Amino acid sequence: MNSDMLASNKSSHGKGALRSSSGLPYGKINVYMTSSFRIKEKLIQGLFGTLAFSSLIFLVGIVFVLFKEGLPIFQDVKISDFLFGKFWYPTYDPAEFGILPLIVASFFVSLGAMFVCVPLGIGSALYINEIASHKQKMILKPLIEILASVPSIIYGFFAMAILAPFLQKTFNIPIGLCALNASIILGIMATPTVCSIAEDALSYVPRSFREASFAVGATRWQTLIKVVIPAAGSGISTAIILGMSRAIGETMTVLMAAGGAAMIPTSAFDPVRPMTAAIAAEMGEAPMGGDHYHALFAIALVLFIVTFLFNILAEIISRRFRIKLGLSG
Amino acid sequence: MDNLVMKMRAHGVDFFYGKNHALKNINLNVAVNKVTAIIGPSGCGKSTFIRLLNRMNEMVPNTTLTGKIYLDCLDILSPCIDPADVRRRVGMVFQKPNPFPKNIFENISYGLEVNGIKNKQLIEERVVTSLKRSAIWEEVKDRLHDSALRLSGGQQQRLCIARCLAIQPEVLLFDEPCASLDPISTRKIEELILELKKDYTIVIVTHNMQQAARISDYTGFFLLGDMIEFDKTDKIFKAPSDSRTEDYITGRFG
Repeated sequence: MNSDMLASNKSSHGKGALRSSSGLPYGKINVYMTSSFRIKEKLIQGLFGTLAFSSLIFLVGIVFVLFKEGLPIFQDVKISDFLFGKFWYPTYDPAEFGILPLIVASFFVSLGAMFVCVPLGIGSALYINEIASHKQKMILKPLIEILASVPSIIYGFFAMAILAPFLQKTFNIPIGLCALNASIILGIMATPTVCSIAEDALSYVPRSFREASFAVGATRWQTLIKVVIPAAGSGISTAIILGMSRAIGETMTVLMAAGGAAMIPTSAFDPVRPMTAAIAAEMGEAPMGGDHYHALFAIALVLFIVTFLFNILAEIISRRFRIKLGLSG
Repeated sequence: MDNLVMKMRAHGVDFFYGKNHALKNINLNVAVNKVTAIIGPSGCGKSTFIRLLNRMNEMVPNTTLTGKIYLDCLDILSPCIDPADVRRRVGMVFQKPNPFPKNIFENISYGLEVNGIKNKQLIEERVVTSLKRSAIWEEVKDRLHDSALRLSGGQQQRLCIARCLAIQPEVLLFDEPCASLDPISTRKIEELILELKKDYTIVIVTHNMQQAARISDYTGFFLLGDMIEFDKTDKIFKAPSDSRTEDYITGRFG
């Protein structure tokens, strides 16, 4: 009651009529509904509405710019030549704008990263959710979140200064900066994403499912494998897709770690140039408004579409998952 | 208690959640092929007690249990007994229907598979008999491969009973099985319990005293972790010997 009165006083400061001690303002409804009050209400609604929709405005703006700056390249280069051309020689004369090596590099490196972040991320999620004691959980969860907050340049630096020389020595290869190097480091970077989303998915599995399973004589492992993981399955796939999306969009690390050669890789030890690295490395030297400049925007557009599709896929899967568990549509 | 064969016996059971003394020196015998009801107000320890009978409370951390619980002459609390073995013989139906997010058939076959039954024909037979036995076969026989979550609450609960029956337990524990069901579904479950009594020993925790009166042969009244009174259901409801039991069943508290 007290807080109600406080609130009503606050929302109508200046209007003496409402400062009376009577609880509900029934007799004073006309005071509330004055036109100035209505305008204020509308203004506040409008303000928050604008804030909420601003992200949509940004999204539309980004898409618009990508199309506007990216599409002109297709006046000179056919879309199929652009997407499937095997040679990326933007500064040659005549220049070649085939981004297949860059697309392949992006997927190659990201898929490699999956081999690192899926076992690490899902494994730690399972451990945290199913096995760890309360104390271990309290330590592990924040630790993994810290891993997510390390700036990517530090990962890149680590890949360059420590991981690459190590790979070079171990596998006896000419250069350590290669697809494998980038994959490993990207995988470590994506681990926190995969782990925390997978852990959420596991913790959403109602306790009653586990109890039901134990009650028919199932062991802990049977329960985990046959009930908990399938029930969290879509959530876990969402985690993997978002991890992939994180890896494919990462720039600084691959720029530093992947080696930078724009050719289609034939082995994990080849240096590669993923899409993000190409944009970051070349944007500074591409003359504004030139073909190279527009080509880089078109790469960004391709990248945007790829990550956009990943996110939509993740959203569809997680929605299905919620329905499956009966947690609202 | 007449000359009945006792299926389960709890002997001097004390149970703690941390330092909270949830059950105090409980001695209770469950007669074979009878329905034993446990009644009492919320927080009296009745659910805690029934969950000891199939070692379900072990999953709750930081608990202590002393005393003995026997299934026939097997000491089920002994550390050399695998809780999964106990749970196979003592099935449980929970307060809220909890079918797996699988289809109806798989919900029943799951219990068989985790217990090592691989013979497809045997599994199919058992699924059908358990569904028939739990009076839900007619409603689901044409959609065994639909998700169990699409069934109504009452159907889900009967499916959970079928899931229990499939692994052929000896004792069935019902932990407030009708708490979330409408009166018609409740009646169906009650009829089913009376039917199942012929082959199984049943323990039911219930909030609903009329339910205990309708379906049970023996009733135990729990209050704040103590078992105040245990007797034939008729006696408990018509002539309780403890005034607290009388107060509770006449609705003076609880």
